[in-house]
Amino acid sequence: MTEPATNRSFVRLSGVGHRYDPDPGVPPAVTGIDLDIRRHEFVAVVGPSGCGKSTLLRMIAGLLTPSEGEVSVLGLPVTGPRDDVGIVFQKPTLLPWLTVRKNVLFPLKHKYGRYGKDDEKRADELLAMAGLEGFASKMPDELSGGMQQRVGIVRALLLNPDILLMDEPFSALDAMTREQIGFDLLKIWHENPKTVLFITHSIAEAALLADRVLVMSKRPGTVLEVMDVDLPRPRTTRTISEPRFGQLTDRLRKHIYEPDAA
Amino acid sequence: MSLTLPEGRARASLLMAAPWVFFVALILLWELVCQVFSLPEYVLPAPTAIVDAFFKVEMSRWFTHLWATLRVALMGFAVSILVAIPIAIAMMRSELLSRTLYPLLVVIQSTPVVAVAPLIIVLMGSDDPSRVLITSLLTFFPLVVSTATGINETPSELIELSRSLDAPLRRETWQIRIPYAIPHIFSGLRVAITLAIIGAVVAEFVAAEEGLGYFIQFSTSFFRIPQAFAGLFFLAVVSLLLFKSVQWTQQLFFPWSLPRKGH
Repeated sequence: MTEPATNRSFVRLSGVGHRYDPDPGVPPAVTGIDLDIRRHEFVAVVGPSGCGKSTLLRMIAGLLTPSEGEVSVLGLPVTGPRDDVGIVFQKPTLLPWLTVRKNVLFPLKHKYGRYGKDDEKRADELLAMAGLEGFASKMPDELSGGMQQRVGIVRALLLNPDILLMDEPFSALDAMTREQIGFDLLKIWHENPKTVLFITHSIAEAALLADRVLVMSKRPGTVLEVMDVDLPRPRTTRTISEPRFGQLTDRLRKHIYEPDAA
Repeated sequence: MSLTLPEGRARASLLMAAPWVFFVALILLWELVCQVFSLPEYVLPAPTAIVDAFFKVEMSRWFTHLWATLRVALMGFAVSILVAIPIAIAMMRSELLSRTLYPLLVVIQSTPVVAVAPLIIVLMGSDDPSRVLITSLLTFFPLVVSTATGINETPSELIELSRSLDAPLRRETWQIRIPYAIPHIFSGLRVAITLAIIGAVVAEFVAAEEGLGYFIQFSTSFFRIPQAFAGLFFLAVVSLLLFKSVQWTQQLFFPWSLPRKGH
């Protein structure tokens, strides 16, 4: 199989929408979403609460079937859960009865019923990459919230997915932990390039992490704007103080707070 | 006037000692009331008279009665675990089954077992099986409810994780839902074990030739009130120990399911 060119669409959403309530009087959660995500692109999605960001993510994951339009990956329509997708949730949702290492290995145990020595080695390598060496034998409740979420990210990377879907992964963390884990995520992404869809409430976080930011409207969720983030990589704490960063976040803010004026 | 607690270690030991001191004080007060008012034994026996009565009964007789009650209680408890947990899982899997069974479970639960017990004895005879049935009728409902609650409280993200991995349903049940229900199952078990003793005693009240419940009833009918009290206390201690062993089991095998101290 040939490697697709990076400028070609990897994940394509064409006219995608979903309604939970069949009553036509109730607006759909999301409607008419068109989006092409390139391979190894980092796309952030921002928008007000209840705009269907999570619905969008679940449709890409194949957990939810769109009621209009189509999601496709490499030209093939998504019809059900796919194993080339890793999901990181808002809460770490680790299993409290398993050690950190076993939590990371859980996808294998759960999907195939077993794992081998090599898998354990890979889990330990991933944990080390996320700055969690020495914590493999701890129980989840011995870890801080930020560390637990790192374990959640490592768990999503175990099966080496092409697509990483992140549903407000840092929103439960305090501001400082949040910034640090964001930079660490970028480091992990540089070392293991993935196509990332990152949902967030934070405009600054979206602009700091992503290649492109998708701004969604209130319910029914539609795309208001897709903004390219032309900040150089690697991004660091210095990026935040660059004037260009300020311009970009201002523009995003305008779209969110005054969607009609923009 | 307010009760102020001292700091540090003294505080910890005071908190440890408080229930024991209170209990001993209560017993002393009871003894005192009986002595001062010279209450007759058949109205309210003094603690000393009860202890006396306890040792007058041969140990082997105590053990015969204890074993009869414990046997029924533990079998009823075991039967209800074996019935309740699969029912809860099946009800979680199928809405139809859940809708069908739930009203019946509520009817069984809200019918006083004491009233049904004589009918069960008539129907099945006065042997262990009917006593075990009476016991498990009492214990299985809290177990079904707590297991079902636990299973349904599994975070939806974990179910999505399972679905995104396209894992078989049995692994979702065994690797996610049931372990998640463990804390709830144990709170159901703690309720169920004390109900199991009650169930066994109720069954003995209806028809029995041995057992602590039978012993209490028979002692009362012969006006051997101190002996009845001795049986009652013995029963209470056994019940407490069973309750504690459920807690110990949880601590030993599922320490993660307990709230962590010092957080």
